[in-house]
Amino acid sequence: MPKNLLSMLNARIRGGRRRRLPVVVAAGLLVTLPAAVLVSCGDDGPDAGAVLDEAVADYAQGVHASYSASLATAQDMDRSIDAFLASPSEETLKNARDAWLSARSVYGPSEVFRFYGGPIDNEETGKEGHINAWPLDEGYIDYVEGAPDAGIINDTAISIDKATLFDLNEAGGEANVSTGWHAIEFLLWGQDGRADGAGQRPASDYTTAANADRRGQYLAVTSDLLLDHLQELVNEWAPGGNNYRSWFEDLDSAEAMTLILTGIGEMSRGELAGERMSVAYLERSEEDEHSCFSDNTHNDIIANAIGVQMVLEGTYPGFSGTGVLEAVAAVDEALAERLRTEVNDSVALTRAIPAPFDQHVQDAVADSAPGRSAVLAAIEALESQTDTIVAAATALGVSINVS
Amino acid sequence: MVTLMAAAACGEDLPELDAALGGETTRVEVSRNSFALPAPKLTNTERRTFEVGDSFFTQNWVSAPASTEARDGLGPTFNAFACSSCHRLDGRGQPPAESDPASDEPDRLGLLLRLSIPGEGPLGGPNPHPDYGGQLQTRALLGVPAEGRMDLRYEYIAGSYADGEPFELRLPHYGVADLAFGPLGDDIMISPRLAPQVIGMGLLEAVPAATILAQADPDDSDGDGISGRANEVPGEDGSPTLGHFGWKAGRATVRQQVAAAFNGDIGITSPLFPEENCPPVQTACREAPNGGTPEVTPSRLDSVDLYARTLAVPALRDATDTQVRRGFKLFGEFGCAACHLPTLETGPSDIEALAHQVFHPFTDLLLHDMGDGLADGRPEFGAGGREWRTPPLWGLGLLEEVNGFRFLLHDGRARTPAEAILWHGGEAQAAMEAFRDAPAEEREALLRFLESL
Repeated sequence: MPKNLLSMLNARIRGGRRRRLPVVVAAGLLVTLPAAVLVSCGDDGPDAGAVLDEAVADYAQGVHASYSASLATAQDMDRSIDAFLASPSEETLKNARDAWLSARSVYGPSEVFRFYGGPIDNEETGKEGHINAWPLDEGYIDYVEGAPDAGIINDTAISIDKATLFDLNEAGGEANVSTGWHAIEFLLWGQDGRADGAGQRPASDYTTAANADRRGQYLAVTSDLLLDHLQELVNEWAPGGNNYRSWFEDLDSAEAMTLILTGIGEMSRGELAGERMSVAYLERSEEDEHSCFSDNTHNDIIANAIGVQMVLEGTYPGFSGTGVLEAVAAVDEALAERLRTEVNDSVALTRAIPAPFDQHVQDAVADSAPGRSAVLAAIEALESQTDTIVAAATALGVSINVS
Repeated sequence: MVTLMAAAACGEDLPELDAALGGETTRVEVSRNSFALPAPKLTNTERRTFEVGDSFFTQNWVSAPASTEARDGLGPTFNAFACSSCHRLDGRGQPPAESDPASDEPDRLGLLLRLSIPGEGPLGGPNPHPDYGGQLQTRALLGVPAEGRMDLRYEYIAGSYADGEPFELRLPHYGVADLAFGPLGDDIMISPRLAPQVIGMGLLEAVPAATILAQADPDDSDGDGISGRANEVPGEDGSPTLGHFGWKAGRATVRQQVAAAFNGDIGITSPLFPEENCPPVQTACREAPNGGTPEVTPSRLDSVDLYARTLAVPALRDATDTQVRRGFKLFGEFGCAACHLPTLETGPSDIEALAHQVFHPFTDLLLHDMGDGLADGRPEFGAGGREWRTPPLWGLGLLEEVNGFRFLLHDGRARTPAEAILWHGGEAQAAMEAFRDAPAEEREALLRFLESL
């Protein structure tokens, strides 16, 4: 968003009671774009602006806390992977898988910090495409069913190190994914071509199988790269640096709140209800789910829903502060309460989806089946809470468009 | 004839501008998401289908067989991994850097080369090259040779406005290199094509053919020097239909356009294009595993079709700005609006939000002779080698906001709107000259108007 528009928004927020912006344009009418009208229609009390400032400051601190927690659990995972590679067995493999699942559950909520071009998904520097891109091109990495020699691992002409994997991932600017959470997941679980359950990669892939050593190298290097990229996020949001955090803190609170609300609104409908749930639900594409190798998709969904709640309530891993809901309550208490209830419900409804997720998107399952109904109920709840998030933005005097 | 947006006049006797460029599908959004939002007023069901389409438009395709069965089938040869590789954030592509194979700079995606040889191809379209097909695929799966790469070199041409202010145009020269299956031959025809922003396509599709044909003047019977010809192309059922989409209006429907791009650009088969792009000589390509038959199912193709049709059009900015309004008036006076028709109206539509909309794309959807400077010399159905379809101008002023760069015309040779205008020849020669010969202050006003779109 350009600065001048942001300043306009800011002019509004300082005007006391927020008023709906005249942004709707109708066909055939002679319409002019909204001017920066400063409207004052009463007093919200001296606190509204201060609460907003606090909510923004605490968001920044919460993002840093979230990424720090994610990095710490990913470091745990990396240690488990090293232990597995030092002594590959079914037991050490299971430990590494468990560590992946733990780390993944902490990363999931932080995805709500996407969608406004911040450090995670800045067009030029963002590492989202390395950390979490999906779907994974399995045959680009390793053997797949019917192609035992496929992938970088089985192409001994390619050296496996951080720089090479990073570049291969980057080749063409929009190349296929060979790093990140799902690459590690694939290397720990293997392809999921089965009707039930997760992938069944044996530990012997890392001992006696062809190119076992290269597979181990790949796993170790990908895990290291993930740590590097999470560290970058921690650094960008660290206090007191010459970094994104300082830029963010220099924004007027209304500008910052536009970004924050765009993140939770986009996560709520376009990403979670839409991309991650409706697509699999409507298309009945059984493996069109994000953590398909580990069959962990139900937890990914819950984690994303919790991310929205985390920002609204201001309760981050290891840090609690003023949430966005408090800022909304300062201008419209009833609206804040409604949003709180809706988000509680949507999180509960995502938890109510029976695992594993893929059983609900098989061709034979009727729409009336309890699991499938549960998926739809969660989708609907997320969609409707998004409308309330947009209303909350309006109440705060900012305008957001979310898909 | 110039149709101004509205009859109402303000104090200075200038036309009022309608900011709702997409009618009721308009969104006010100035950010990198300006092209990426669904039209308001879609039903809940349409919104969910939009998300499905968004997913298959945006996410990369992967090689088969993969666990994500819905997503596999990339290639075997291809130009891009996803629609969004070139239409990033539903925006516009960019030409590659001038050739330097040793460069480790990531490829810039968005420009491809169509190929054909003389003669008529399937359904009366371009005749594909026997060994390379209808398009140069510059990438391939591991173990499959890519067809070759584009070789691009610019020649810089100096010129000046009537008032002496200099300008510089860059004339591209296209070639191919690293060809995997022998030379293309002397009679090869090459047409470069840049990926345009995706907004508003459903509106254009829903304009009744009669409205568009009423603007056509194939023999210039009104003597204004501007013909305007409709391209007649095979519809989805093969019957002759008005061409709407592509730089030469070679596709009748959005669905066809989407399916053709899936096939030609990503190597994804669909109900409309069931064959992989593997000419007989490309044996590794022919033997590579596929991702199902077809790789994009009918319902997924329909979802991407709905997605492309219902992306909102961003609102015009600064409609009350005096310079913008003056620029719009000059847009009419210079003759730009004769082809870049400001206002069209849709008929009925299966998507209620698209029905009966008065909207402002700045195109007549017709083919015009644009002169030798822009000619590609490669016919496409009824379109000649000097003809191009008038492109819509909406979103022009937001391209940098969305994509961080802006390259214009069919191959991205123009770096600014002014350069794009200066390339206009043929039927648009007079309009170009009116701009070139105008005082600087008028040129600035016109450009200011274009930036508001």
